[in-house]
Amino acid sequence: MINKLRVDLHVRQPDDLYEALMNLHRNLTDEQSHLANAKLILLLANHIGDPDVLGEAIAIVRQSLGSNAAL
Amino acid sequence: MRHTYTNPIYRYVPAEEQRGGPRRRHPVIVVGAGPVGLCAAIDLAQQGIPVTLLDDDNTVSVGSRAVCHAKRTLEILDRLGCGQRMVDKGVVWNLGKVFFRGKLIYSFNLLPEPGHQRPAFINLQQYYFEEFLVDRARGLTGIDLRWQHKVVNVKPQDDHVALQVETPDGLYDLECEYLIAADGAHSPIRYMLGLETRGQTFHDRFLIADVVMKADFPPERWFWFDPPFHPNQSALLHRQADNVWRLDFQLGWDANPDEERQPEKVIPRVRAMLGDDRPFELEWVSVYTFQCRRLERFRHGRVIFAGDAAHLVSPFGARGANSGIQDADNLVWKLNLVLAGKAPDALLDSYDDERTFAADENILNSTRSTDFITPKNGVSGAFRNAVLELAGDYPFARAFVNSGRLSTPAVLSESPLNTPDSDLFGGAMTPGAPGADAPVTCNGRPAWLLDQLGNEFTGLYFTDRPLSEPTAALLAALAAGPIPIRTRVIMDHPLALTDPLTGLVDVQGLAVQRYSGLPGTFYLLRPDQHVAARWRTLEPGRIQAALARATAQETTP
Repeated sequence: MINKLRVDLHVRQPDDLYEALMNLHRNLTDEQSHLANAKLILLLANHIGDPDVLGEAIAIVRQSLGSNAAL
Repeated sequence: MRHTYTNPIYRYVPAEEQRGGPRRRHPVIVVGAGPVGLCAAIDLAQQGIPVTLLDDDNTVSVGSRAVCHAKRTLEILDRLGCGQRMVDKGVVWNLGKVFFRGKLIYSFNLLPEPGHQRPAFINLQQYYFEEFLVDRARGLTGIDLRWQHKVVNVKPQDDHVALQVETPDGLYDLECEYLIAADGAHSPIRYMLGLETRGQTFHDRFLIADVVMKADFPPERWFWFDPPFHPNQSALLHRQADNVWRLDFQLGWDANPDEERQPEKVIPRVRAMLGDDRPFELEWVSVYTFQCRRLERFRHGRVIFAGDAAHLVSPFGARGANSGIQDADNLVWKLNLVLAGKAPDALLDSYDDERTFAADENILNSTRSTDFITPKNGVSGAFRNAVLELAGDYPFARAFVNSGRLSTPAVLSESPLNTPDSDLFGGAMTPGAPGADAPVTCNGRPAWLLDQLGNEFTGLYFTDRPLSEPTAALLAALAAGPIPIRTRVIMDHPLALTDPLTGLVDVQGLAVQRYSGLPGTFYLLRPDQHVAARWRTLEPGRIQAALARATAQETTP
C-alpha cells in the first residue's frame, strides 16, 4: 500500500511551530539560512523515511512553482 | 618530470594482407588495444577464436589514467589468466575516508567480509595494466596484434564489415564477420558511422597530479570536501604502485587548463596538500573535464561498441575501465556461440540489453556523485554542506555523503537471458548477478570457487551425500550436449566426495551461505559467471530450457 502525505492539520500549535521556524532563522545570513533549512529537511526526511510520502511532498512543491520553474 | 615507468614500444609489422598474403575474412577484429580491447581479444583467443587487434599507436597508455581496478575486474582477469600479476604489482586497498574542512567525518570498508580471493580494489597505473594484458595476449596463440594499424574507413555490409587500414607502409583492406569497436572515448569508428552519444557534460575542471614520493600514508582512499589546503573545492589522495601517488584537485569551471598544468601552479597545490616539506617529484599532470553520456545502442549490426567508445562516465566511482571490462566479459562468450553456429545472432542483442542497462546504472551513480561533489547552485551547496556537517554527529547522514559510489558489478536483473526463480531462494545470487567467490578445496588443495566457474556454461550442484548413479549420469548428459554444461559438485564435507577431481568441498560453509545452497540446489552459470537460473532440485528439462533461454534460442513462447 502506498502511504499518503498528511495534508490535514497535524500540528497542535501552528503558531508555536511557525515562531520556532522564524526563530531558527533570526539573524542568519541567506547562506546560513539555506544551510539551516537543508539540515532541517534532511533530519525530517530521514525521520519520515517513506519514499512515497517524501516524493509526494516534493511533487506538491514542484507543481506549486508552476511553469516558471525551469527544470 | 621524473618517470618511474618507461613506455614499451611495440614494433610495427606489416600485415599478411600487405605482404600479398591470402585475403580472408577474419571472424572478429577488435579496434583499440586499451584495457577493453585487450581483454576482449584475450577472451576470444582463449575461446579458440582467432582475433586481430588493431591499434593506431605503438605503446600502452601514456600517463596513469585509470588506476582503480575493482574486485570484479580482477575476477574477470583471473579468468583471462592475468589477475595475479596485477594484484602483485598493484596496491591493495579496501578502506575509504572522507574529510570535511580538515576533519574526518566518515570511513567505509568496501569489503566488509572475509572469504574472497580478491580485494575490493587495487590501484595500478593504466600503463602497467595494459602492459600486463599485452604480455598475456602475446603468450596466447590466435591473437594477431597489429600496432600502428589505424582504421580510417569502415563499411558495414549485410554479411561482413569492410575496413580500410592505414599503416606506415600505406593503406590496405580488411574484412571481418564482427567488429568490436573499443577505440576509446573519442572513438573514430563511432564518428565514421555517424553515431552520436547523448548525455550530460559537466561544467567543472579537475587536476590530476601524480607525484613520486616516500610517504607512510596507509593505502586508503582519502577524499576531502573543502579542505583548509584547497578551500571551497574537493581533493583526493590515492596510492599507486612504485611510490606514485594520485592527487586530484577540483579546480572549478573558470580555471585555465593550460596554466593549471604548469609545474609552477601544480607544485604549490601539492605542497599545500602534503602539509610539510617532504621531497616529491611530479610524474604526470593532466587537467580534465568529464561527461556522462552513452550511445543509444551499443550494437549496430556487425559493429559492436564496448568501453568508453560506447559510454562515458565521470571518474568518481571508477566506473569507466571497470565497466568496459565487464562489456568485454559479457560480449565474448556470446560472439563465440554465434560464430560457432550454436546460438542465433539475436544473442548479440542481449549484449545491448544488458550493457546499456549497466551503463545507465553507472551513469546514474556517476551523475549523482558529480552533483554532490560539484553543487550546481547555492542551495545545492547548502545541502551538500548540511549533509557533511550532520555526518559528523549523526550516522544516518553518512549514507548521504557521496564522494563516488565505487564500482560494483552490474546485477543484470532485467536480462531476457535470465530464467526467473520458481523456487524459494534468499541471498544475493539472483538471476543476473555475478557469482560470488568462496574458499573451497579442490582435490584436497585450497582453491577459490570463482576459479572453477566460467568460460563455458557451468553448473553448481550442492549436495550433502555422494552422487547417486542417476544423478551422475544426468550431469554427464548435461556436459555432453551441443552447448555443454560442466557441473561442479559442492559438498559440505570431504567424505561425500565421489570424484575428487571435479568435486569441491565448501570448507568454511561460505559457498552454501552465499548461494543459499541447500542440498539439491542447482545453479546454471553463464560463461561470464553470471547466474542464469537456479532451482532447489535437479531437473534436466528445466535446465535445458534455461540454457536455451540464456542463449537466445527459445523456440516455445
